[in-house]
Amino acid sequence: MSFFFEVLVGGLLAGVMYSLVAIGFVLIYKASGVFNFAQGSMVLFSALTFVSLLERSYPFWLAFVLTLLIMLVLAWVIERWVLRKLVNRSPITLFMATLGLSYIIEGLAQSLWGAQVHGLDLGINDEPFEVLGLLLSQFDLFASAVAGSLVIILSLFFNKTRTGIALRAVADDPLAALAVGINLQRLWLIVWGVAGFVGLVAGLLWGARLGVQFSLSLVVLKALPVLIIGGFTSITGCIVGGLIIGASEKLAEIFIGPYLGGGIENWFPYVLAMLFLLVRPAGLFGERQIERV
Amino acid sequence: MLYREAGQFITHYRADQRLFRLRQDRIGFYLLLASAFVLVPYCGNDYWFSAILIPFLVLSLAGMGLNFLTGYAGQLSLGSAAFMAVGAFSAYNFNLRVEGLPFLLSILLGGVVAGLTGVIFGLPSLKIKGFYVLVSTLAAQFFVQWVFTNFAWFSNDSSSGVITAPPLDVFGLDLSSPAGRYLLTLTIVTALGLLAANIVRSELGRNWMAVRDMDTAAAVIGIAIPKTKLLAFAISSFYLGIAGSLWAFTYLGTVEPHGFDINRSFQILFIIIIGGMGSILGNFLGAAFIVLFPVLMSHIANGLLVGVMDSGHLENFQKIVFGMLIIGFLIKEPNGLASIWQTFTQQLRVWPLRYWSH
Amino acid sequence: MKVNINKCAGLVLALNLALVATSPNARADGEQYFPLQSYRIGPYAAGGSGFFGGFIDYLQYVNLKEGGVNNVKLTWSECETEYVVEKGVECYERLKHGLNGAPAAATNPLSVGIAYATLDRSTADKLPLITINHGRTDSTDGSVFPYIFPLQLNPYSEVSAIINYIGTESGGLEKLKGKKIVTLYHGSPYGKETNGILELLAKKYGFKLTLLEVPHPGNEQQSQWLNIRRIKPDWVILRGWGVMNPVALKTAQKTGFPADHIIGNIWSNSEDDAAPAGNAAKGFISITTHPSGTNFPVLQDIDKYVIKASKGNLEDAKRFGTVYYNLGVVNGILNVEAVRVAQEKYGKRPLTGEEVRWGFEHIHLDDKRLAELGALGLVQPLKLTCSDHEGGGAVRFQQWDGSKWNVISDWVQADRDLLRPIIEESSHKYAKEKGITPRDCSKES
Repeated sequence: MSFFFEVLVGGLLAGVMYSLVAIGFVLIYKASGVFNFAQGSMVLFSALTFVSLLERSYPFWLAFVLTLLIMLVLAWVIERWVLRKLVNRSPITLFMATLGLSYIIEGLAQSLWGAQVHGLDLGINDEPFEVLGLLLSQFDLFASAVAGSLVIILSLFFNKTRTGIALRAVADDPLAALAVGINLQRLWLIVWGVAGFVGLVAGLLWGARLGVQFSLSLVVLKALPVLIIGGFTSITGCIVGGLIIGASEKLAEIFIGPYLGGGIENWFPYVLAMLFLLVRPAGLFGERQIERV
Repeated sequence: MLYREAGQFITHYRADQRLFRLRQDRIGFYLLLASAFVLVPYCGNDYWFSAILIPFLVLSLAGMGLNFLTGYAGQLSLGSAAFMAVGAFSAYNFNLRVEGLPFLLSILLGGVVAGLTGVIFGLPSLKIKGFYVLVSTLAAQFFVQWVFTNFAWFSNDSSSGVITAPPLDVFGLDLSSPAGRYLLTLTIVTALGLLAANIVRSELGRNWMAVRDMDTAAAVIGIAIPKTKLLAFAISSFYLGIAGSLWAFTYLGTVEPHGFDINRSFQILFIIIIGGMGSILGNFLGAAFIVLFPVLMSHIANGLLVGVMDSGHLENFQKIVFGMLIIGFLIKEPNGLASIWQTFTQQLRVWPLRYWSH
Repeated sequence: MKVNINKCAGLVLALNLALVATSPNARADGEQYFPLQSYRIGPYAAGGSGFFGGFIDYLQYVNLKEGGVNNVKLTWSECETEYVVEKGVECYERLKHGLNGAPAAATNPLSVGIAYATLDRSTADKLPLITINHGRTDSTDGSVFPYIFPLQLNPYSEVSAIINYIGTESGGLEKLKGKKIVTLYHGSPYGKETNGILELLAKKYGFKLTLLEVPHPGNEQQSQWLNIRRIKPDWVILRGWGVMNPVALKTAQKTGFPADHIIGNIWSNSEDDAAPAGNAAKGFISITTHPSGTNFPVLQDIDKYVIKASKGNLEDAKRFGTVYYNLGVVNGILNVEAVRVAQEKYGKRPLTGEEVRWGFEHIHLDDKRLAELGALGLVQPLKLTCSDHEGGGAVRFQQWDGSKWNVISDWVQADRDLLRPIIEESSHKYAKEKGITPRDCSKES
């Protein structure tokens, strides 16, 4: 039984890492209705930039700030040269544009910083300790704390600040938002900037675990089912979805996997998400759309 | 001036329904076919067959498959490669396990199995819409790859999981030379291409477009949505399955499950974005672009930029240009290369005048 | 084909205009050409840039120091594959005819997928395909695969050598009885390839084997390592690839499994596999066919003739002497040696692929020859024949000390007699499927 709990806890903590990536998606989807496939490349780009600055012996905080600035510039470029040109296009077109974007960002990241694998040490120990016979790692707890505070900060931002409220207005009805004088372009810039920041945080945590390298951009594939279960528009949904996916995929791999030949972790979350969808077509926390002709 | 329709009157419904209504288009098409079937095999060399023409044809076919689903029926898919894999591995097993089954028939059966798989993964699309359909196709993508990696039976227990092409015998002809493989691919792709051009003009094709433009409205006017969507999945996957077999057997000669990973699905999606969604011609243009663009880039770099850029940088640069092109097309020409071609022929029809008048 | 081209020169000219017009037209008769299907970007870029860096530097070194092989200059050109199969095929088709008249010697794609896709083509084109340390195991049987060379080490020998090492560490192979060994493998054909052999060895020596799959790409391994924690094995064999390796080491640390009881295989043995895991990698053991480091005379010479003259290929000079770089150098030594051997038979001129193949089949590197090459201890003694395209089958073990690899064992030999019948069974099955009549190796000169 204790093994079961160990797997469960391990899964939940892994799920938090997925949520971190998923939050970036939700932010952008909420504000601009774009399903941003390039989020994975943004994670890669920011982590790679950060590590490369660190290796050029910039202090930690300066590297962090510089990376953030670079992400802001990137956000500005994306807003100015991609989003603005594609206003009012179908969501599928926008999605495909972000596919192109991910190619550009990946190419850029690798030509700027090279393709080597970098180690990243955040100074947080990943050695295990046991609590009540359960195995816990400091790093996982740290990651959860970061994810938790991100959710709190972002919720405060969306609910308490003017910008946040304006963002919700845009998400609700862009035309009405424009009509009451909300500056759409500025908001998009902010949102993509914030998504870049979330990408950086996710990139650092994932990078510390995987090493900073090309594969970082693949974490996006882990975040997708999380989004589906949580719903595209809810940050709380991200966390819940992440926990569900993380826990269930680990439990499935260990307790169902052996009967199927193992290695089911890659598709299991997607099948789970599909089953979820059949019951709740807009995810757990998503908004239901009503269609009219 | 050459491209005039003056004097060509359509007097029968049959004539009105033909694929190319303009005589010049018909002549052009026949000339194209003739040169593809006669001139190219006669003149081409190994490099052109094996590295350019065959992948171009196979990818065009795959593009057609995805275009049915995404371009015509409006269902976004990132699982194209999975259906290609199903086609390739089924065809391989049919050929291996059924004694004396003709090669072409095993490819066809592979396509049918892929089509059925497509229907299964298309089922959720009856209930869910938009991006959420992506999940179902991604589930297909990962699940199928896992099945073929994990169950060695599918690759005839080869320890490496790689399948190799059966002998390419068609009606007693040995088509294993590069030119032979090219001709085999070309024949299949031409036949299926003509079929595709007719499917999209049929009632089914029109229903697809209605569902794409707004499925609620389509339902209101009495189109059977489930049947239409599932047929889109089935036919799309059938085409992809055949493309998968050709990819494995006439192009590479061998394939492992990893060869049909998600990057292949992206590649096919890019073909239809660049070529043109909702266009049969577009698949060929898009595939030509995808195949030729990297080759041209590296040739140019080898010739002009020796020492300026190493191959790694070049590839990164290529990736960036590629991404920019995709975005550029989406912004400037959402209907892709096919729409550029259409504009061009429209202008040609009135050339040297500038405007059209009846 | 040439005749055809002339017949319809007009059309071909139009087709090839962009391609031909841009390639430099300097003639290069009298040179030997190496087509390089390299990869310097994409997920496996770290391996490709190191390997091809070392390979090119060695070729460059032979040119600069000795003016080529018996005054036949070596030349090469690169074509980026990004580790993608069809790009590799395109590169193969583009480069196989040689460069400006210099004939191609052999292809070295360093990619299992590309190797498989060009296997039939290589045989048809009579161009040797070198898959050093990897590739199709049964291509060891040169009677069925005359043009394919899995030099030094095929996947079966690899696991056999690892088990032999574990046996020695436990105080004899008979002590393996009752030991628990877990193999953590990449969820791909590559990862699964040796499972059958491991099961066979487990039966033979009586150890308890558990096979655990890590789905590609392997950036999440919590469940596998929790499983390992439950099993409490004596050793874990890591059959990893790319990002899977550092993640395995980190997760091992997280679940409290000691790194010095994890043995990495041939694709888990580079600096790029261990270093990103930081502290967690300290003590990690892996096999290698060639030590890293720069102490070998040949590397000193490369440093002197090539790197110091700023003609080196590496972008990052720190990677000189790393595992992948040295593998590239080893690969260069073997390729050049094959050319040299073949020249003794066919004359001191640029050779065709078919002639170079003869050279590969007659490579014989003993300690004396290795010392002459300055590669004693870097390359294992190697003798290739018509039926044996692997040759060595020995590995050394190395341990990561947190910043570099240290060799901790002498050459450990695989049990090749045990493996040979299995390999032949598989190669004969292939021959039957493909309708190939195996060569009679007793009649080959």
